[in-house]
Amino acid sequence: MKQLVILSGKGGTGKTSITAAFANLAKNGNPPINAILADADVDAANLELVTRPKRLESHEFIGGEIAVIDPNRCHACGICEQVCRFDAVIPPDSSQAVYRIDPIACDGCAACVYQCPEYAITMQPQKAGNWYHSLSLYGDLYHADLIPAQENSGKLVTVVKQNGRLRALDTGAQLLIVDGPPGIGCPVISAVAGADLGLIVTEPTPAGSHDMERALQTIQHFRIPALVVINKADLNREKTAEIQNYCKEKQVEVLGEVPYDPLISEGMKQGLDIVAYHSTSPASQAIKAIWTKVLERLSLLGGAS
Amino acid sequence: MRMANNNPLKIAVASGKGGTGKTTIATSFALSIINDISESLLFLDCDVEAPNAHLFLKPQLTEEKPVEILIPEVNESLCTHCGECAKVCQFQAIAVLGNKTLVFPQLCHGCGSCTMICPANAIQEIPKSIGVLQKGTAGEIKFARGVMDIGEPMAVPIIRQLKKWVAPLEPQITIIDSPPGTSCPVVESIRGSDFLILVTEPTPFGFHDLKLAHQVAKDLQIPAGVIINRENGAFSELEDYCKEENLPILMRVPFRRNIAEGIAKGRNLIEILPEMSASFQNIYHQITTLVK
Repeated sequence: MKQLVILSGKGGTGKTSITAAFANLAKNGNPPINAILADADVDAANLELVTRPKRLESHEFIGGEIAVIDPNRCHACGICEQVCRFDAVIPPDSSQAVYRIDPIACDGCAACVYQCPEYAITMQPQKAGNWYHSLSLYGDLYHADLIPAQENSGKLVTVVKQNGRLRALDTGAQLLIVDGPPGIGCPVISAVAGADLGLIVTEPTPAGSHDMERALQTIQHFRIPALVVINKADLNREKTAEIQNYCKEKQVEVLGEVPYDPLISEGMKQGLDIVAYHSTSPASQAIKAIWTKVLERLSLLGGAS
Repeated sequence: MRMANNNPLKIAVASGKGGTGKTTIATSFALSIINDISESLLFLDCDVEAPNAHLFLKPQLTEEKPVEILIPEVNESLCTHCGECAKVCQFQAIAVLGNKTLVFPQLCHGCGSCTMICPANAIQEIPKSIGVLQKGTAGEIKFARGVMDIGEPMAVPIIRQLKKWVAPLEPQITIIDSPPGTSCPVVESIRGSDFLILVTEPTPFGFHDLKLAHQVAKDLQIPAGVIINRENGAFSELEDYCKEENLPILMRVPFRRNIAEGIAKGRNLIEILPEMSASFQNIYHQITTLVK
């Protein structure tokens, strides 16, 4: 079983649109590929909006724990405030005579718990979201909703991916397709872990190429082979050529260019990926050619395992 | 017209979904109001994983400061391998294996709990760089940003230190460009703001994530307004939602290929559509009345 992760650095370059088209091509292409989908952008999970999933299972996700001060035991000594490095301890004021924890600022490190001389502080688990197993148009989908403003999105990404992976192993699937989050931090690192191939979707804008470089460095930092797709390539030919040259210099293969195609967002409004919405549109054709190359690079064509 | 304001505003720009135009809007907003206000203006790029505002504002960066967290270093000659440090660490960043105590710097949050608990005083803390802060000016706009090191997981400490580093010494208006998403880095970026501009696009993805970002604003009790970017015909769910939630629509930016191409070439909105400048100034006025 292979793992493909789709990343971008910058948001909005088309990760999810391309992932959904890949999922369609896996199911309906020639040859069909038995793939499991995982939406690792748990902050802003959108793959479900273009794959029409029916929810099969729903599970609570308990993220980290946060500190809570028992007001009846607190003697207001202030040690918790001194040891907290996250500015999460609120000192007494006119409304309360003892110390309190700001649940949004609390990092969950528990330093205050161990330093409190009155044993007034305990750690309490926080429900941080839900994760789901669904049956989408293109097979099994694992996805999640992080409760807004919650921490531990990296951990939730790991839960989503692990369950997708187990399903893939149980069903003998050939591929796990992971739709990654933007950025390069904790949830991205969780999404990238264990991947066989990282595909970076970029766009020919200053921000797109700047962030592609950071995403590329991140993937390479974890020693995962990386490939690039330039989406909306005709919006700025000059910048597209620059990205091509940059990748050549860094010996990173550009698998293809996808033209700017308003049909992609038209399809999205119908809840469909571009291949389902308009299978012969310029973007669909470009994505099909790229998909074939992805399968080649993953050795999933021609009977190789 | 020059405006005076005794309580200079902190205005954050967020979106939920990435790529809706946060940075384009935030930088164009800053460039539009800079000549219209009497206070100084600070632009803060809090998207430390993918910082892009400098591409539009082209600041001269004159000051730099590393962002460090303190991580434990174990003195093996003092360590009794009692395991207290591993017991208190919530992040599995320190472990005792036989008679060796191992530290995993990438997992460490720098909380200091292990150092405080160690009964043998065998742990001292050493700084570890996780990114850098930079400051400078873009014309009359003061500019600061954080940049996370490649391979580092934690954006929040960088954002926190960035905000402390620029803590205002004089009254000034602050515009904060926030990262995408709805989790801790976004919360850290927009906490303490007086107003949140939510930039969305009228697509199912944009709308879905707008609602999540709006929830963060509600949790933090920050009043918010919406800018609809790339508007292309009506998207009634979005309109209805804004109405139901009393979320003012501050501006609509049309969907045009020439705008997309201009932005692709690194231009900001007011270079492409100079008339937008007055609209941004209006938004600023509107916000000053909304937060009162």
